[in-house]
Amino acid sequence: MSGRIHPGINLRAGDQQPTTEGVMFGFWVFMMSDAVLFALLFAVYASLSGNTAGGPEAGQVFKLVPAALETGTLLLSSSTFGLASLAMKYRQSMAWLQGMLAVTLVLGMIFLGLEIHDFMDMARQGAVPQVSGFLSAFFALVPTHFLHVAFGCVWIVVMMLQLRVFGLTHTTRTRLLRLGLFWHFLDIVWVMLFSFVFLRGLL
Amino acid sequence: MGIEASVSPWLGKLSLSALPTDSVVAMGAALIAVLGALGTAGYITWKGKWHYLWREWFTSVDHKRIGIMYVVLALVMLARAVIEALVMRLQQADAVNQSGFISAEHFGQLFSTHGSIMIFFMAMPFLTGIINYVMPLQIGARDVSFPALNSISLALTAAGAALVMISLILAPFSTGGWSGYAPFTELSFSPGVGVDYWIWAVTLGSIGSTLTGINLAVTLYKQRAPGMDLMRLPLFCWTALCTSILMIFAMPALTVATALLALDRYLGMHFFTNDGGGNMMLYANLFWLFGHPEVYIVVLPSFGVFSELFSTFSAKQLYGYTSLVVATLTIAVLSFTVWLHHFFTMGQSAHINAVFGIATMLIGIPTGVKIYDWIFTMFRGQVRFPTPLLWGLAFLVTFVIGGLTGILLAIPPVDFLVHNTTFLVAHFHNMLIPGTLFGMIAAYQFWFPKAFGFRLEERWGKLAFGCWVLGFYLAFMPLYVLGLEGMPRRSAQVFDPSFRPWLLVAAGGAVLITLGLAALVLQLAVSIRHRDRNRVPVGDPWDGRSLEWACSAPPPKYNFARIPQVDARDAFWAMKQSGTAYVPPPRYDAIALPQSSAIGPVLGGLGLAAAFGLVWHIWWMAGLGVLGSIGAVIAWTFVPRPERTLSAEQVARTEARWHAAIAEATPASRDAEHATSNRGLAQVGA
Repeated sequence: MSGRIHPGINLRAGDQQPTTEGVMFGFWVFMMSDAVLFALLFAVYASLSGNTAGGPEAGQVFKLVPAALETGTLLLSSSTFGLASLAMKYRQSMAWLQGMLAVTLVLGMIFLGLEIHDFMDMARQGAVPQVSGFLSAFFALVPTHFLHVAFGCVWIVVMMLQLRVFGLTHTTRTRLLRLGLFWHFLDIVWVMLFSFVFLRGLL
Repeated sequence: MGIEASVSPWLGKLSLSALPTDSVVAMGAALIAVLGALGTAGYITWKGKWHYLWREWFTSVDHKRIGIMYVVLALVMLARAVIEALVMRLQQADAVNQSGFISAEHFGQLFSTHGSIMIFFMAMPFLTGIINYVMPLQIGARDVSFPALNSISLALTAAGAALVMISLILAPFSTGGWSGYAPFTELSFSPGVGVDYWIWAVTLGSIGSTLTGINLAVTLYKQRAPGMDLMRLPLFCWTALCTSILMIFAMPALTVATALLALDRYLGMHFFTNDGGGNMMLYANLFWLFGHPEVYIVVLPSFGVFSELFSTFSAKQLYGYTSLVVATLTIAVLSFTVWLHHFFTMGQSAHINAVFGIATMLIGIPTGVKIYDWIFTMFRGQVRFPTPLLWGLAFLVTFVIGGLTGILLAIPPVDFLVHNTTFLVAHFHNMLIPGTLFGMIAAYQFWFPKAFGFRLEERWGKLAFGCWVLGFYLAFMPLYVLGLEGMPRRSAQVFDPSFRPWLLVAAGGAVLITLGLAALVLQLAVSIRHRDRNRVPVGDPWDGRSLEWACSAPPPKYNFARIPQVDARDAFWAMKQSGTAYVPPPRYDAIALPQSSAIGPVLGGLGLAAAFGLVWHIWWMAGLGVLGSIGAVIAWTFVPRPERTLSAEQVARTEARWHAAIAEATPASRDAEHATSNRGLAQVGA
């Protein structure tokens, strides 16, 4: 265990400690339970999406262009986070690492802004969660992802601060690894959302 | 809504009218709760122990301390829920063609709190506590993978339990049962705060259990001592692993169900409402997607306990170890395929019911395998019958009866006849009392000497056992008869005088069970008084087989001075056979242990504030709780947490004391197992 590094841990062998594997594995398991949570919300959406109760339908309130923009932004933020991870692993400058985290943060916030704009737009058309089972399910599923991304943004800010305070220690390294997993996980969930909620509703 | 008028910005919907002044019984219960809390707090203050408790217990991240606190929580909640059961039995026996001594509304709250407490705040903390205490010792680890997270889980569970206790004083609680079925629990049918109490108490417990599941599973995968392959794990650890995996996958379903119900109630959404495109069947599905695996979450650890008991007290290797492992895993997987049998009568087609009925019966196969394995473990063993094993024997017989009625209920046409009757109540108590509670009480009796360094008095233990088992049969066998005769469950009043004799017998059974609980309390009190003559400092009073017996009783903070090397199944037994047990290592090393942390109690307090604020619409308090929790976690990540190091000399001193105790002790033979001469060096099965 000591000499070899687990292929799932994106660190150099020297940066690993005996606890690293357990810590990372624990986060994977946590994400598994989070994935179950999303899966259930998807199932709720699937079973309620037809129950419009006289209110607006998916095709009337979803818009393809903003949803596509959001997808692009989030995917881009995942690649910038990937650059940050590489910077950490290969010990490029701290400025580059911090810079990539900052770009990821900005992209994440643009994503949140676009989504808020979408939600407001829907509200203006009277598509609020109280109208129907369909809209309740929509506003349970998509904002849960929104809250996760918002939490991820807070986490990025916290990590940027911790990098300033503590530098790259074993603790901050594994925290960044876990943040990375979380961020990419949210990206995957969004791809599901885009395909299953927006594309299915619009096409 | 009329309620809106009385909402104040500081106290929300809370006012003096929340006190249960309308009912003598409820007022009495509230008084007992208040006096109990004040009395305990006063006693601690009088003894000047607050600082000690905070430093050594509440902020402790030691898995052993956390385990004990979980069990204490479970026992306190068990006492309340048993008394509630007694009140319900007395009410039904009394209320034949008359209204009895409590109102229907109050009766509804009683069965709701009884069920919610027994599952979420008795069974869950009990099994989590026992696993927490025993499992790291059994796998030869120093602690769980995430000690601080462990403390957080405990605090959240305790906060949920505290919320249920508060509802006794600032009433009412939900009348929607432990399953909280919508649409009854929707605002249109349950406008009060009762359902909100249920939602947030359960949600706190559910988050705590999810985190526990993650923690325990990672510990089992990553912290095992060298040589402890999966197929060398004690069976209790296997059941702990399966239970943890079930927690990770099943608890989110409960969180989703309660969260969506809360959105319906707080924001007027339409998930489970009758109108607006809601679908109440969605609630039933979500709840039982959690609820059925939950049954196995609470049953599997007991299976593990009984496996250890049958093997230890037969002085024999467990029969069919591999088949027990496979059966445990099979049950864990199948538990996700049967949830629909909880609502056969709620409108799906006969084909779907048939599939789920067959899946349900399939679970009987691995369970049957286990029963035979346990019987064959005893077969030709040198069986002794101390209290822990008695619970195991009662379980064996009683659980089979419950299982058979379960197979009956798994047949959809039969279920149509007896669903929603006391037959069902009898069935699931017939599974959960032996299958969970007996197992947990047996675990408590079995591992108590390890945890506290002295044995429990056998005589009181046997009395408790007799009361519980006899009480169980008297209390629940009549319910099968009543159910077949058509008595609906959850009835505050009964209108058929022919039910009365059975109800009287059942009430008598409930009284006996309450006496059994009292006997357990007395057993503890008497054992503490006579602790000096019952001490087992060497740590192996039962001639145990797995590694938890390979250290002193109580174990040192670091568990093992040297992480043991495991070469066989029943690792400690193998060491004793080969003469390598109790041999001091040539030298000791310094040991790093995690520091105590206040993050658990802080998050528990903030979680309780958030939940209480949400219940009574005290928005500032809810906001404070939620934002405070986030802030506390962020702040905590900035605090460096150096480990506390015990020097090699300190370790050597502690170990020397233990080795001196070993040298002083004489091996206890089979006849001396319960004698005061048994100082924890038992050689019973040799």
